[in-house]
Amino acid sequence: MPATRLAKNSIALAGLAIVALYLLAILVSLVWLPFDPVKIDAEHLLEAPSLASGHLFGTDEFGRDILSRIMKGSLVSLVISISATALGSVVGIFMGIWAGYLGGRWDHWIMRLADVLFSFPSLLLAIFVMAVLGERTYNVVFAIGIVYIPQFARISRGAILTIKPAEFVKAARSSGAGSAYILFRHLLPNILVPIIVQISLSLSVAILLESSLSFLGLGVQPPYPSWGNMLSSARKVMVIAPWTAVYPGLAIVFLVLGFNLLGDGLRDILDPRLKNVK
Amino acid sequence: MGRYIAKRLLSLIPVLFGVSVIVFFLVRLIPGSALQMYMGTQVEASPAQMEELKRIFGEDRPVPVLYLEWLGRLLQGDFGVSLRTGRPVLPDIASRLPLSLELTLMALFLALLIGIPQGIFASLGRRPFWDLANRVIGLLGLSLPQFWLAALMVLAFSGFRGWIPMGNFVSFAANPLRNIQMLLLPSLAIGIGLAAVIMRYTRNSMLEVLQMDYIRTARAKGLTRRVVILRHALKNAILPVITVAGFNTGYLLGGAIVIEEVFALPGMGRLALYAIYQRDYPVIQGIVLVIATLFVLVNLLTDLIYALVDPRIRLDSGGKH
Repeated sequence: MPATRLAKNSIALAGLAIVALYLLAILVSLVWLPFDPVKIDAEHLLEAPSLASGHLFGTDEFGRDILSRIMKGSLVSLVISISATALGSVVGIFMGIWAGYLGGRWDHWIMRLADVLFSFPSLLLAIFVMAVLGERTYNVVFAIGIVYIPQFARISRGAILTIKPAEFVKAARSSGAGSAYILFRHLLPNILVPIIVQISLSLSVAILLESSLSFLGLGVQPPYPSWGNMLSSARKVMVIAPWTAVYPGLAIVFLVLGFNLLGDGLRDILDPRLKNVK
Repeated sequence: MGRYIAKRLLSLIPVLFGVSVIVFFLVRLIPGSALQMYMGTQVEASPAQMEELKRIFGEDRPVPVLYLEWLGRLLQGDFGVSLRTGRPVLPDIASRLPLSLELTLMALFLALLIGIPQGIFASLGRRPFWDLANRVIGLLGLSLPQFWLAALMVLAFSGFRGWIPMGNFVSFAANPLRNIQMLLLPSLAIGIGLAAVIMRYTRNSMLEVLQMDYIRTARAKGLTRRVVILRHALKNAILPVITVAGFNTGYLLGGAIVIEEVFALPGMGRLALYAIYQRDYPVIQGIVLVIATLFVLVNLLTDLIYALVDPRIRLDSGGKH
């Protein structure tokens, strides 16, 4: 059973534990934060991390507690990553399975569209979309979601093509099942393994893309904290206050690592054939 | 091979056409016309001047017509004029392209230099602990945000300016040694993620090859471990690694955009960011087109190299399925 295999896979378990820790931090941040993450505190500018003051990760150039801002920022990072991955995967899977199932002209045009979207490096496409839509938080979801559409389209199309000739599909068709029924009832459940793995890895890349956009000033706008914009403002003061740059970066690294561990472990668990693919 | 190359080159045309459509029409989605943005920075205009400006900005013609006009000019190498500086876009991009390309190539080189030996090493010691450690290191490499790594490098070396010069950029032509010194850290920041990917592929590919019969034969006939690994195994294991490195080169170019900003390097990425901050759309369009075209060409080149090395691909009608 997958559940017991999950328990035995230390990589996946470690990833799950890290992600769970962040979810816990988000839940806590909804009801309690050590300090106000937005309010300026002129008496505690750029204080080094210390237990005595209660600022465990120090304060930034406006005297705001960095731990509180990281906790507050984890919500926006995670919500954006999950929404963007959901958007990209739903649209991409839909395109991919229709292309793979129908074949012919549909397949040709849908996959050409995916090819065109694939012609932009992901970060460039996201930056371009943000430049066009304007720097608003919900636009980040579109910018990253668009990047994922061709990826999910290719993966699900490839998976459909490998199982389309299977006996059970022919059986369903000869017993009179319609295309939509076969697609969603018989084919989709059978291609979930590569998709689940891709979702986990996409979440990790989404965190990196969101923080890059916010770092460049194109994502989440200050004073609302996000890990990317915290690092952006830290650049001006990090030489005298390195903690302003170190902790938000570590927050990104650990969550991304968590999703990567989870995705890598899930690949082992769910499909041994995929083990050597990447 | 000639026919295969011609076929692949032809297949680029619809893709690049699609790219141009997206770049053109996405920019049209922006609220407020280019003329309004232009007028925002200018003094009042008389009605006659307004008519003239409307004609220049194409507000008197339908959008598909404007697209065809735009495409026609693009094909003649005219990428339009910057809304801010009034200068033609293409020469500005061309003067900054070499630095971004140099960064990308150095990043690729460093990624291969770090990733391949590390991957070979990881495929040899197969004790469970080392296996796990190598996997976690590989995944950690994938998890580092490039811009954060770059910022930490700036921080770490701010005390040693003499070793790693920052500040005023020196071109390769002016002073090769100093130029490479300056680009070393930025390209490392860009390439480390790809190094991790390459390491993982090299390891997996080596593990597959090392199980094969011909490797056992080579060992059995008395060749040393070193010769078997480097001459016999690596030669076959390296092929998928080259492909992965090739397909990821375009992403390095994207990474260069952010890293140039952190290290204050005057490349194409910085030009793009300033254009975005100032809503200078002709410049943004130009850069996106240039990078997407390069990206598609690099991918094609990777395909061709692969086909050159592995003749089986050419017989497979060149389909990318």
